[in-house]
Amino acid sequence: MSESPPPPRVSLRAIFRTFLLIGATSFGGGVVAYLREMLVENRRWLDDEEFLSALEISQTLPGLNATNMSIIVGDKLRRVPGALAAFFGMVLPGTLVVMVLGILYGQHSHNAWVAGALDGVAAAAVGLLLAVTVQIARKELHGVVDVVIVLVTCLAVSELHVPLYIALLVIGPVAIWLYRPRAAARRGDR
Amino acid sequence: MSQLLSLLGVFGLLSILAVGGGTAILPEMKHLTVTRLGWVTADQFVEIYSLGQMAPGPNMLMVSVIGYRVAGYLGALAALVGFFLPACLLTLGASRLWVHFAGSPWREAVQRGLAPVAIGLMAAGVIAIAKVATRDAATIALAAVVTVVLLWRHVNPALLILAAGVLGLLVLRG
Repeated sequence: MSESPPPPRVSLRAIFRTFLLIGATSFGGGVVAYLREMLVENRRWLDDEEFLSALEISQTLPGLNATNMSIIVGDKLRRVPGALAAFFGMVLPGTLVVMVLGILYGQHSHNAWVAGALDGVAAAAVGLLLAVTVQIARKELHGVVDVVIVLVTCLAVSELHVPLYIALLVIGPVAIWLYRPRAAARRGDR
Repeated sequence: MSQLLSLLGVFGLLSILAVGGGTAILPEMKHLTVTRLGWVTADQFVEIYSLGQMAPGPNMLMVSVIGYRVAGYLGALAALVGFFLPACLLTLGASRLWVHFAGSPWREAVQRGLAPVAIGLMAAGVIAIAKVATRDAATIALAAVVTVVLLWRHVNPALLILAAGVLGLLVLRG
């Protein structure tokens, strides 16, 4: 008879607690997987399509994926207060832990055991970053043009030491121009 | 005071340049904090980055530790505010604007064009950390094993990070 009831308004406290949980349990840089699990599967605040569209935005905009996602999702649920609740939930646990680790590190950085453990973690971090980069590249790169843009960007920053803002201001617009609507449509026609 | 302002400035600038996330700005962050300003040494930079890996949430929260070493607790706060305030405001504004451009072919172009740029920057970030973190056979082997395992199987990265820390404690010490 009647329409289904509108989704219940999510409380700020629920937003904060949910993102606090994600912020406290997501280790090793795989925040996206934790976000999807919690927001789509568990809380059902977003469906898959909404989640992917928020993820696209947060990947395209500057800033960290995890905090961009918390801002976008919090804003969608409860506007600015929701964004604040989600953001602080996301960063609070990690900030406290890393500060405690940082203070301990300051006191024990000359300890050979501590240095050894950190060297091991750093080496593993290289592997982790490399694996994540390869996984994203496999999903996002579609042709020679993409590969050339990747190489030019990487070489400019890594080997030629071009400042990041110059690299972005020059390569960014060129890359967008290469995929400009008309060119894409023309390529599609053939 | 001037230290706090430069922390705000440096991390504020880095955050709005972070197309491709935290990894993408590692080379520039290392250049600014190590070479230009001498806040930390290259080894300390990588060790602080490792601390970020061991904490939950985004590993870039480690900017607070750099801030703390420069100017104590206020320094940590300045680094965090600098790193998050501009980028979060930008995201809030731009994501609302972004919704208005749904279906615009230019939105598609921006997304398609910036994806490979972001990946190139991420690759440069990996190189920046690798140059310091993998300088001998043992650490290169460890990084290679972690890469292969992660690409091959769905393993929780936190377990690998933990295992590498324990291994480093036993093998890489001294």
